[in-house]
Amino acid sequence: MDYQSLANANTWSAIAPEIALGLLALGLLVLEIVLPRAHHRLIPRAALVGQLALLAGLLFTISRDAGFHGASFGGLLVHSGIGDAFRVFFLLTSTLVTWMGIGALERQTLPRVEFFHIVLVVTGAMMLLVQSHHFVMLFVALETVTVGFYILVSYFRSSTSLEAGLKYLILGALSSAMLTFGIVLLYGVAGNKALPGASANALGFDALHTFLTLNAGNTVAIIGMILVLCGVAFKVGAVPFQIWIPDVYQGASTPITAFLAVGSKAAGFGVLLNLVTQVFPVGDSVLRHGLVFVAGATILFGNLAALTQRNTKRLMGLSGVSHAGYLLLGVTAATYPAAKWASGAVVFYLFVYMAASMAVFGVLSHLAKTDDAGLETDEFVDLGKRSPLLGGVLAVGLGSLAGIPPLAGFIGKVLLFIAAFQAGLYGLLGVAIAGVILSIYYYFGWIKMALFEFTRVVPREPGALELEIRAMPLGGRVTLAVLGLATLVLGFFQGPVSQWLNFG
Amino acid sequence: MNDSLLLPLAIATPLVCALILLGGKNYWGRAVRAIAFVGFVVPAVVSLWCWYSYAPSTPGGYAFIGRWATGLEGLGITLHLGLNGIALPLFVLAGVVGLAAGLFAIQARAERAYQYLLLLLFMQSGLMGVFASIDVFFFYFFHEMALIPTFIMVGIWGGRDRQYAAMKMTVYLTVGAMLSLAGLIYLYVQSDASSFSLIDLRNELAETPLSASVQKYAFGFLLLGFGILVSLWPFHTWAPLGYGAAPSSAAMLHAGVLKKFGLYGLVQIALPLLPAGPAQWSSILTWLALGNIVVVGLITMTQRDVKQLIGYSSVMHMGYAFLAIATASTLGAGAAVLLMVAHGLTVALLFMLATSLYHRTGTFDMHEMGGLVKKAPVLAAFFVTAMLASIAVPGPGLANFWAEFTVFVAIWQWQPWVLFPTALGVIISAIYGLRAVGRIFFGQPTDAFEKKLAEPVIDLRWAERIPALILFAVLIAIGFWPRSITEGINAALTGGKSPTSEVARSE
Repeated sequence: MDYQSLANANTWSAIAPEIALGLLALGLLVLEIVLPRAHHRLIPRAALVGQLALLAGLLFTISRDAGFHGASFGGLLVHSGIGDAFRVFFLLTSTLVTWMGIGALERQTLPRVEFFHIVLVVTGAMMLLVQSHHFVMLFVALETVTVGFYILVSYFRSSTSLEAGLKYLILGALSSAMLTFGIVLLYGVAGNKALPGASANALGFDALHTFLTLNAGNTVAIIGMILVLCGVAFKVGAVPFQIWIPDVYQGASTPITAFLAVGSKAAGFGVLLNLVTQVFPVGDSVLRHGLVFVAGATILFGNLAALTQRNTKRLMGLSGVSHAGYLLLGVTAATYPAAKWASGAVVFYLFVYMAASMAVFGVLSHLAKTDDAGLETDEFVDLGKRSPLLGGVLAVGLGSLAGIPPLAGFIGKVLLFIAAFQAGLYGLLGVAIAGVILSIYYYFGWIKMALFEFTRVVPREPGALELEIRAMPLGGRVTLAVLGLATLVLGFFQGPVSQWLNFG
Repeated sequence: MNDSLLLPLAIATPLVCALILLGGKNYWGRAVRAIAFVGFVVPAVVSLWCWYSYAPSTPGGYAFIGRWATGLEGLGITLHLGLNGIALPLFVLAGVVGLAAGLFAIQARAERAYQYLLLLLFMQSGLMGVFASIDVFFFYFFHEMALIPTFIMVGIWGGRDRQYAAMKMTVYLTVGAMLSLAGLIYLYVQSDASSFSLIDLRNELAETPLSASVQKYAFGFLLLGFGILVSLWPFHTWAPLGYGAAPSSAAMLHAGVLKKFGLYGLVQIALPLLPAGPAQWSSILTWLALGNIVVVGLITMTQRDVKQLIGYSSVMHMGYAFLAIATASTLGAGAAVLLMVAHGLTVALLFMLATSLYHRTGTFDMHEMGGLVKKAPVLAAFFVTAMLASIAVPGPGLANFWAEFTVFVAIWQWQPWVLFPTALGVIISAIYGLRAVGRIFFGQPTDAFEKKLAEPVIDLRWAERIPALILFAVLIAIGFWPRSITEGINAALTGGKSPTSEVARSE
């Protein structure tokens, strides 16, 4: 099929949420021109309201089962239930990032509107990314996300922020290069008419899948697949593509760190799930061994590196690497037919991870000092006493990340472990369990600091600066409380989410 | 009232009370204690009612059954509650020890009491849930729910070395819990059962038993994981340290009830579902359990700190329970359950009275005490009785006596040589127990202690006597009327097929 007919075979209503996000993003820019300067502070709020309305509409459509499922735009996109779940996920993420951004930007003298504009554009691109069914679509969406993040990471123009931006730019370009090279290799080899299953449209996932299944041992195809996976591994921060994480997380402003940690990572996992379950015949090939190895290494690296970390943003980054490892465990399990719920478990874990991470980043963002390069864990001493809400939400979020029952993180981990058991990945499970035990140490160390003022061994010097706790507006308090409660409730009762994700 | 709502009531009441305290903070003032009181009394009353109304002849063995979906039913996980003959005694244990620990905590007026009671209520809710769960997943879930508050309570309200003790407990117990979780999931996945419910697992495995090698690995996982949780030698070092540092009501609940989780898991899940497992592991288990009895017993003899002494002696007594499980006989398993209950009540009593002792003497060091009987005769009477119960002297310790005696019979029928080192343990525990009470209450006081005793010492107050008497009452009731629980245990262990078995005969 040529691209002319591809463009004609389109179903615009299928991407209504993405279009709406784009329009909302443009609307913000228009508002900036139209509104008098005094009212500019309303624009971020308009973005917030718009996203919430969109979220409500999306959830309504899903609950009525009225969404469009199937291929659209001549097979560029394929819409499914799991794609809808990711749409909701990204919209929730962007809403929370916008909320954090409003608080964070009010302390800076920076152009405001662009920030929220880019967040919306990136979110729309993430939605398209996880639903893409064609490498051209995938690449364009991925680059939109990445370029958006180049800007966002260095948005604050402090030296750390610029350094982070540069690091992200260089390494991001490297990963894009690998991804492109992999795509090109696949395209080239799949277009070779001498091989069985060769196709002129080898960038489409279906044709490529047919070709790769027929040519399982083709070296060029394997190299291509590995390169594509490497490009995606950069997004999710899997070993050995995790080196950018601590510096970029620390340098970026906290809302963007949260966006990277949650949104960008989830987008990567959405793509990865699509690739390993629908496109690449992982089978019993070198790819599967690679996935197992990378998952194990990622879990171990993240946890070991986080053990001695004191800077909270770096800690979140490195422990986030370990969470990417647990998710990779689920993705690897999803390549086994025996693990029926593995994909659902990965998505469930992502939701749980989002609620917990956003709770922690919300607290961090509120407490951030002007340079916003992250606080030390020691500075959280007495937080629980001085602000029970912040301390409590932080403890719940960290506890959930550590996987402690009855919090949601525990259920998420158990589902992943069950999937791994079903897939028979016993060695990897051993590594994951060791990782969980390691993670207890640093997460509990932080909780201990925040909650137990009794534990202060050395009294604070009289001249030392106390952590400043600003008053929080009602909306912020409610949001934090909802995040904490969601983490608690999802630990006891998973009904709506699990039905939606089709566990059995 | 509908029978199926009894167990959720016992689990939910403490949780709801905890949430009320969480929302109310200090504003409640005096009401805090009333709310906490409700949260501890309701589960105890429910558990005693269940004990009273349970009929061992219930078909299928499970009574008070209820099943609710929480959203993971696709994965075979439902909130499936019920009690059989093995779960019932432990459920009663949890209710009674919880009540005693709660009453003791309410009268102790700890610093930041509402937070302390909140955590204790949370723990109580988890404890009731552990033994009421038929679903294996929730069995584990409730255990963790009860475990986490322990770490926090030790970390904040603990005594000497609390930081170190809390961290050590956290690491050890997390490792143990993770290993047992892995074992449970492995068992479930291998069994091909349609749900995590123990009844389904049992039916499924009765039809198609697992292969010997799978049984071996699953049993090994469970044994190691549960073993760490129950302080199996040489993984026991967290226990004396943690109990030494823990505040008394947390120690009562953990040593008395929560630690029984692992043994309960072995008796209720591992033995019936993995019948070929014990044969592979019993020789190793025997040596480790003898380590508990002899090595830890000798260490116990050298302790000067009362609380450490009780902590070590509780580790030591776990050795008997492990030996009983190693025999893999009906008699042994029944003895293990009886021992869990008797030991749980006794060790809770001892931890409580040790704290009462501390409030009067200002020290846990036995070498600094002596002659306390003249100043606090009631405390002395309570403490001596509890210690005699702990070393299984018939009378106060009749329940402990039946339990240990049955363990010995089970061992004799299995491997007679093991009985000799085990009997040595009885002598060891008599030595350290009697020496301790002799030193504390009857010995010659040191000069410094004499000076302290010159000031008026308040004897045991009623607020402290009542929880102790509750524990004594249940202990003695079981001692003189063991049928009330052994019949149910028998029925559960033999699948209700044979009306009599060794446990009942040993009465």
